[in-house]
Amino acid sequence: MAVSADLPRVIHPGLPGVDRVFHGSTRSIAVLVLVIFGSIGAFLGYQAIPTFHRYGLKFLTQHDWQPRLNQIGILSTLIGTIEIALVALIIAFPLALGTALFISEYAPARIKSTLVSLIDLMAAVPSIIYGLWGALLLMPHAKFVSRWLHQTFGFIPIFKVDTDPHAAVWAQSRYTSSAFIAGICVAMMVLPIACAVMRGVFAQAPLGEREAAYALGATRWGMIRSVVLPFGRGGIIGGTMLGLGRALGETIAVLLIISLAFDINFRILQAGSSSISALIADRFGDATTNQLAALLTAGFVLFVMTLLVNTVAAIFISRSRSGAMTEI
Amino acid sequence: MTVLQPAADTPIVSAAAQLPAEDRPRPLRKRTTDDVLSVIGSLLGSAALVWLVYFEILPLSGLVGFIVCWYFAFLAMYAGVTSLSHPRPVVTSRLMGAAVTAAALLVGFALFTVIGYTFWQGRFALPHLNFFTHDAAGVRVQDPLNHGGIEHAIVGSLIQLGIAVAVSLPLGLGTAIFMTEVGGWFAKVVRTVVEAMTAVPDLLAGLFVYVTLIVGLGMSRTGLAAAIALSVTMTPIIARSAEVALRVVPGGLREAGLALGASHWQTVRRVVLPTARPGLATALILAMARGIGETAPLLIVSGASTFMNANPLNQPMNSLPLYIFQGARSGQPLQIERAFGAASVLLAIVFVLFVITRFLARQRVGRR
Repeated sequence: MAVSADLPRVIHPGLPGVDRVFHGSTRSIAVLVLVIFGSIGAFLGYQAIPTFHRYGLKFLTQHDWQPRLNQIGILSTLIGTIEIALVALIIAFPLALGTALFISEYAPARIKSTLVSLIDLMAAVPSIIYGLWGALLLMPHAKFVSRWLHQTFGFIPIFKVDTDPHAAVWAQSRYTSSAFIAGICVAMMVLPIACAVMRGVFAQAPLGEREAAYALGATRWGMIRSVVLPFGRGGIIGGTMLGLGRALGETIAVLLIISLAFDINFRILQAGSSSISALIADRFGDATTNQLAALLTAGFVLFVMTLLVNTVAAIFISRSRSGAMTEI
Repeated sequence: MTVLQPAADTPIVSAAAQLPAEDRPRPLRKRTTDDVLSVIGSLLGSAALVWLVYFEILPLSGLVGFIVCWYFAFLAMYAGVTSLSHPRPVVTSRLMGAAVTAAALLVGFALFTVIGYTFWQGRFALPHLNFFTHDAAGVRVQDPLNHGGIEHAIVGSLIQLGIAVAVSLPLGLGTAIFMTEVGGWFAKVVRTVVEAMTAVPDLLAGLFVYVTLIVGLGMSRTGLAAAIALSVTMTPIIARSAEVALRVVPGGLREAGLALGASHWQTVRRVVLPTARPGLATALILAMARGIGETAPLLIVSGASTFMNANPLNQPMNSLPLYIFQGARSGQPLQIERAFGAASVLLAIVFVLFVITRFLARQRVGRR
């Protein structure tokens, strides 16, 4: 055989058979997962159609939930959900920010990893445990705080309660089971999530810029204010929004603390509130077919709300990650 | 991350001014006597002042109020003491340091009370051996704690978790492998959906399973339905954390495998997955810790039996979170004590899973 001309080596294009099977099977798993999770929204939305058809927009603007009287609306529940989430966020945000800063900037390097895992542990504690804590340990103490807030800031409408705060025998039960106490408990669950995101972003703040701030004579807080916080702004917002998503959907702890009431109630210290998830969990067991459809519709509204919040959170978090490009 | 920090909060300028002629290295991470003493002095001074005013002069009581007042008096005093000898930026820095530390301490205290309170209240039920070896069949609410137990709930929880892992591990891991190893535009779509689903309320997973399996397919409220609801919440968690674990496998290892002539599947099977094993185990165990504590979906799709039932296919099955929830809502003191006993068991299981996670995560660091 004379090698007269260079013959090109035969290359088998494409994947070997085993890889085709591999790619195909992982892709089909991914498609399956996508179909399952995509259909959550689709199924809930499909179940919501008859209710929206029947009640129309009144479902969103009517506040009373009385299926027997054919009055079904989630306005008061929506307001309660947002109230609880906002209280939780107002409490959790400064604490999460402070804890994240403490872990990333103040804590000695030796105990840093322990603190990080403590926060992770806090996120892993089941919500039913927080519910027990909130209903049985927190509530008896928090009603005194509620009363004090009423006494001191009672002139602000949201801190009003329908009772005399200065009475010698004060109506303790008016201050329990409120959106405020549920909010404190939900804050405990929001906190580790927000804190973990914030700490992760703070830890990425560029070393060179930290050193530069110190070299210019900054104090530690000066460095944090001029380097770490601006760098982590996206993470702070994103982590808070992620916590908000969790707060909107929290079920068990809220259900154990509040007493369900369907009045439009802006008084956060007063007993009686309502949230979509607590409503669903509470009424699901003994619901008739019509009521079930209404509950599923409420679930769909919750789904849309959390999806919106989480999408915004994801956008902020991904933006903060691209901030890492400024590293020198 | 090591950062050169000036001694506590003192700016470098003032330290440099006191230097003698020859250069002396700046002390790092060391607190000056001034730093320590001004904290201690302010703490003691404000405690004494607030105690006097709060308890002795004003007709106030209550520990929470005292601590809050003490803290604010401490901040004021600390600021005052610091401003005697330092410029304003140092005062701000010290105040913010105190605020940040207080936030962290408060969070730590809250976590401590959550865990401590659960185990402390569990002390009534836990010493009874029958609490772990009996079920609650025929036990009336007034029966003392040496009757009945939570064996059925523990067994139910473990069976449901087992099924949920068997369903969600292949789905989650397969999705994670697809997202990192195969890639493409479709992987981005999957990633977006999975990320969105991690944060959707767990209650909705219960509603979804209810709509599809119980209404749609006519299943009854069995352990299997509960397990499927759990796997709906666990799959995105596994997929997301497994993806993170796979993404940190160095690309050089993959290329080395492919360059040696291995097929893609062989590279993933023999190089990528073994390298990421601790991270994958962490992902699984984190999802398990999350799954075993889920209550909301179980309320929707699972009945709660009082008897031992190890068959997930028929008859309702109890589980720890459901048992705790019902006990807490019953309002009966003995049932609440039982609920706390069950909560301690649940928390202990979560702890064990968590410690395993940390152990595996540390192994990964050690190996590099």
